[in-house]
Amino acid sequence: MSVLAAASESDRRAPDSTLAFSLSGVGHTHASGQVALQGINIEAVEGERIAIIGPSGAGKTTLLRLLSTGLKPDAGRISLLDEQPWEESRFALRKLRARIGLVHQAPPLPARQRVITAVLAGRLGQWSLPKSLLSLLYPLDPNGAADALARLDLADKLYARCDQLSGGQLQRVGIARMLYQQPNLILADEPVSAMDPVLAAHTLGLLNQEAQRRNATLVASLHAVDLALAHFPRIIGLRDGRILFDKPAEALRPEELAALYANEQLEQRPAASSATQALNLPRC
Amino acid sequence: MLTPSLAQRDPAAFPRLLTLVLALALLWPGLSLSELDLSVLFDGSNAGTMAVFLSSFWPPEHSGEFLALLLQATLETLAIATAGMALALAVALPCALMATRALSISALTRGGRPAWWSWALRWPVRGLLIVLRSVPEIVWALLFVRAVGLGPTAGVLAIAITYAGMLGKVYAEIFESVDPLPARALLSAGASRLQAFFYGVLPQATSEMLSYSVYRWECAIRASVVMGFVGAGGLGQQMDLSMRMFAGGEVASMLLTFLLLVLLADLLSRLLRWRFA
Repeated sequence: MSVLAAASESDRRAPDSTLAFSLSGVGHTHASGQVALQGINIEAVEGERIAIIGPSGAGKTTLLRLLSTGLKPDAGRISLLDEQPWEESRFALRKLRARIGLVHQAPPLPARQRVITAVLAGRLGQWSLPKSLLSLLYPLDPNGAADALARLDLADKLYARCDQLSGGQLQRVGIARMLYQQPNLILADEPVSAMDPVLAAHTLGLLNQEAQRRNATLVASLHAVDLALAHFPRIIGLRDGRILFDKPAEALRPEELAALYANEQLEQRPAASSATQALNLPRC
Repeated sequence: MLTPSLAQRDPAAFPRLLTLVLALALLWPGLSLSELDLSVLFDGSNAGTMAVFLSSFWPPEHSGEFLALLLQATLETLAIATAGMALALAVALPCALMATRALSISALTRGGRPAWWSWALRWPVRGLLIVLRSVPEIVWALLFVRAVGLGPTAGVLAIAITYAGMLGKVYAEIFESVDPLPARALLSAGASRLQAFFYGVLPQATSEMLSYSVYRWECAIRASVVMGFVGAGGLGQQMDLSMRMFAGGEVASMLLTFLLLVLLADLLSRLLRWRFA
């Protein structure tokens, strides 16, 4: 994290805007001992839309899981939506989690669940137990679920079962669940990886539009650099668990992208037949 | 990179062979300790006694009076098994929810491994389930026959206690065996544990739970028959009487009734699985 990036960020911030989240000196080490992230400093104001790019294994998913309170950082401080998640009571943490929506790369939906139930599950954090049980027997808000699905062109699948859908359709159901949840902080881990280019562009546009409409903060990790540059005002490049750059999309230079995805191992061995080495394959 | 000679050798072959040898080595002392000796079955006088008893099985008893008695006893057996299972379910479901690791919130941020104190809180429930199922139902039945007198109540209570232990343990393990990610995703989006259970775990566990519960119901029917021999009512008590009177035809009719009951349980299981799978 350079001084330059911090300066450019404060330039963009309006004086009356509030912080959506801030990470200072955050690091995380996997249980295997592998360092996933270290020395991460990011600040984002409400309504900002950020794309995280970088080669496979750079720590993009770990960063999103830290932001979704799915992981506890080993080092540094995290503050999300004006709260310190790891200093709160369990009840307050639950309330905070209900305001954060994470779109998974492979949405974890039970195969036998119906799409409508899967989408309505987005508001479990706001619903009482009796209400959620009742909704399991008879869907209480079919219109809400249908609206969310319609924005992703999936309204006809409202009463289909999740195991009848394709990978790309499941990804859209996962996004519809997040839309129905209406979180203040939208996190998306490779949200369009199973979609065709047209659908991917439409879906990213929808995510950005949703964030702008509700002044929510959007953070998405993406493999497709062109999509990131086209849709997101701010780009963060991650490599080997560190931030390589953090700047507005228009200020990004091709050399910086080349450095982000540079892979000495692949360049030296074009055949890439080694099964014993961990490779960092760029997939963009 | 794998060399061709390395690819030829399956690294799992030796452990597998070792497991097989170990299993056989453990089985042998088991056979000799239990004094299993199949030759006594074909010994002259033993075979004769059995043949006489078995030959009295035909024809099965089918007089109207006996069939009425049989129907009443069958209904009583079904009632014992069903009431016992219902009580067992009422105890087993909350226990399974408390004992299972699938809904651990502390495991959420620790890659699926719960914290030590969450282990410590689960152990008493697991211990309770172990105590409940480690005493055979026949022992409970003998105990309750003394406490509440002869009759179906003793059978119901005995089944409820033992089966609560079994169902609780198996349900908890079924919850742990399904994909944990849906429930974890819901928990990390602010859902409570019970909400995460009903929306994330139950849809995946229903068919296995149903099939195991119906199988246990079938077992409860058999168990209630065995307990009938110690005075806990139902078909077993009738069968005990008939066997004492060497009324082979009556025994045969009752065995046929069992066959029908098990067939019924099988059909029910298939129907439920077809509906919910």
